[in-house]
This record gives sequence, C-alpha cells and structure tokens, in this order.
Amino acid sequence: MKFAILVSEGPYTHQATDTAFQFAQAVLAKGHEIFRVFFYHDGVYNATRLTTPPQDDRNIVKRWTELAKANNLDMVVCVAAAQRRGIVDDGEMQRNGKDATNLAEPFRISGLGQLIEAGIQADRLVVFGD
Amino acid sequence: MLHIINKSPYDRPALDSVLKTGTGTILLIEDGVYAVAKGGAAESKVKAALGKFKIYALTPDIEARGIADRVTDGVIQVDYAGFVDLVAENKTNQSWL
Repeated sequence: MKFAILVSEGPYTHQATDTAFQFAQAVLAKGHEIFRVFFYHDGVYNATRLTTPPQDDRNIVKRWTELAKANNLDMVVCVAAAQRRGIVDDGEMQRNGKDATNLAEPFRISGLGQLIEAGIQADRLVVFGD
Repeated sequence: MLHIINKSPYDRPALDSVLKTGTGTILLIEDGVYAVAKGGAAESKVKAALGKFKIYALTPDIEARGIADRVTDGVIQVDYAGFVDLVAENKTNQSWL
C-alpha cells in the first residue's frame, strides 16, 4: 500500500515529528511504500542541515535524512512556508538574493501541489501536527 | 473512519468531538493516551464509548507517560506497526489536531 505523510510541526517543540518518524519507519518495515513526506508550516524546520542538538539528544534532521537516503524517499518542503522561515536551497538563494543555503539533502523545496498530488496518488495520507 | 487523537482530554475537547460522531475506530497517541488512565475523570467517558467505538492506544506513548499499569479494560494497545495496520485497515483517517 502507498502511504503519504504530512508533517506540520517543527522538531523538539511538539512530539508530532517524532511520531511521524516512528510511523514512517514502521510503514517501511511493514513492506509498504511511502509516496512522499511533505513538510508544511513549522514542519519545514525539519529540513535545516544547520541543526545541532546536544550529542546525547536525538538528531531529528539527521534521522530524517538517513531514513530518506536509505529508502529513496521523496522529502518535499513547502516553498512558501520555507521562504517565511528561512529554509533556503540554491535556487531560492539566487531567486531571493540570499547569501547562504541550509536545506539538508535529500530534501527538496517545491509547491503545495506536491501535497495535493500525494493525497491523490497515495492510498493513505496521515497528518502529524499539533 | 480512523480517528487519531493526540490531545489529552484534560487539555482539549478532541475526544468529546469524536465521540459525538457516534461510531468508528479511535487511536489515542501522544498526550491523547491520558484518556485511558484508570482513575481519571475521562475513564467513565472511555468506558461508555467502548460499546460504540473500538478504542486503541499507542503503547510507547502510554509507557512514556507512566500509566502502563492502569490502562482501562477494553482498550487495545498497539505499537507503531499496529498504528500502520490501523491506517491500512481503515479507508479514511482523520488527525484531530
């Protein structure tokens, strides 16, 4: 079965992103497919490679990137939410005249249409927020 | 319909809202699991609802909140794999955020 996951909260404040990650792991362990993980609102903070939690704490961004790379997941960050919160890739840096980027690989920045498409293409869409 | 509730019944009315829908399946996660603690004000509500709703609760979140030894009878505990199964078994799901 094809799953899509929507994450709308940032790391370390709410449990939502932890629950979403554990759920995503369980989906893959069960042999299901994840069509896309979409990060919206404060959820875009899950995609900054500059995060540096204490060494004895979980690294939420690193955990997402490792899961995504190991399973070839499509990790999409909402462009409007990212612009507001300073999540930047090369394209956004040039387009908006910024001097740095901070998007972790393999996240990509795209539009809300990607969430709608996930809702249509996947058999199930599960929302994690607060 | 699978109703996913992540709010404590002592914080927000998500559980009450779901119970008003009449019937279905409920999965309590995160602070939502406080609803299944015996001795709480929500216990009678949960017991009364068990006739109309199947009520599941996420074991890791129950354990994290120290209420594993007093889960209301009739509530079914699941792990994350069980969470996935519930989503797969129900054609639709709603997270009550």
